[in-house]
Amino acid sequence: MNGKGAMTVHSINKEAIYSYLEEINDPEVPVLSIIDLGIVRDVKMNNEELEVIITPTYTGCPAMDMITATIKIQLATLGFKKIKITQVLSPAWTTEWMSDEGKRKLKEYGIAPPNPTQQVCDQKLFAAAEAVQCPHCDSYHTHRISEFGSTACKALYQCDDCKEPFDYFKCH
Amino acid sequence: MNESLIRYALHLADNSLILGQRNSEWCGHGPVLEQDIAITNISLDLIGQARNFYQYAAQLINNFQKLESSKVSPPAGGGDLEGASEDSLAYSRKEEEFKNCLLVEQTKGDWAQTILRQFFFSQYQYLLFQQLQNSKDGQLAAIAEKSLKEVTYHLRWSSEWVIRLGDGTDESHKRMIKAIDELWKYTGELFEPASYELRAANEGFGVDVSKLKEPWQIKVSDIFSEATLIPPSGGWAALMQTGGKEGKHTEHLGSIFTELQYMQKTYPGCEW
Repeated sequence: MNGKGAMTVHSINKEAIYSYLEEINDPEVPVLSIIDLGIVRDVKMNNEELEVIITPTYTGCPAMDMITATIKIQLATLGFKKIKITQVLSPAWTTEWMSDEGKRKLKEYGIAPPNPTQQVCDQKLFAAAEAVQCPHCDSYHTHRISEFGSTACKALYQCDDCKEPFDYFKCH
Repeated sequence: MNESLIRYALHLADNSLILGQRNSEWCGHGPVLEQDIAITNISLDLIGQARNFYQYAAQLINNFQKLESSKVSPPAGGGDLEGASEDSLAYSRKEEEFKNCLLVEQTKGDWAQTILRQFFFSQYQYLLFQQLQNSKDGQLAAIAEKSLKEVTYHLRWSSEWVIRLGDGTDESHKRMIKAIDELWKYTGELFEPASYELRAANEGFGVDVSKLKEPWQIKVSDIFSEATLIPPSGGWAALMQTGGKEGKHTEHLGSIFTELQYMQKTYPGCEW
């Protein structure tokens, strides 16, 4: 089994399951695995049924259905016959759960990773946009073009130094 | 408790679905690309909320039917509930079974009208979900907690646009006044509880919407004064249109269904 440790339905090795889940990517941001994103909350074995508990990122994110299907297929190919995917909404997913590895991969891919602060909760109007570092030239001289971007999780920015527009994975 | 919980969940779902569907009409037609993307992103969030509430309602309905199948008929207003699912609840129920408020079904109008409606609704939803997070019902609380993050974006974005248009050019100001005249009469319904909302509030799983009226008015007044706008004559005491939450809708809901439910009505049970 790819040298990742043998598993049977009777003796599940959580670490091994996680390493298989790590091979599943977010279809909309394909450099991130679902582990990097921090949406896998737990893996359990209940009477021969493998349960994977996940938390959706954004309420309307269409990628969730595809991720659920992919997890089922991936685990089925490992020989698990009964697989249950449970979506848990609370506590609500936050970008704080994204791994450092995930943030590094995002930047390499050209998407600015989420800032650690939770500015989304701030209701102030016309507030100065958060300082976001350009993923291309590392400059902080950037400005927000739109709070909404190509997918629910992103905002659109432009760098004032290298002039490149870029996506920012907004903190949530 | 079960029946009013089902109705309450459907009401919350219908509000989000219908507004999400209305806003999606802007897809490809927004005034500028970034705002086209913004309003359709908001649609996506609203339809996501609707899915969560419908999935929960479907689960409750199916459990309810299992329990009651031998003795009682299914709760009215739930449509053909044999094996309810999020899809059957969105696509197979009739107009009079929908429990959305009248505000969300009104036409999208011009950009001013869409912005004002979004602001009115997001301000309401923000206050509602803040309370609903404390619901005795764990799933309603979880959906509210999750959705509140996105509603915060919607509220900030729509508030900024109300100010930008109200305190903008003569033309944008004029259009905002027209939008207020058009939509004001549908705001009262938000705070007039339907029978199932009253029961929901009494039983601790819903929110007493009448208590949201004052904080809503204060917030709206603040934004209006920054936007150099004023409530229409009659103000807070103006005559209000109601009935949507009890299934009495304006003619506009029907026209939404001609698109929303077309496929399932023409090819019942069809799947992608």
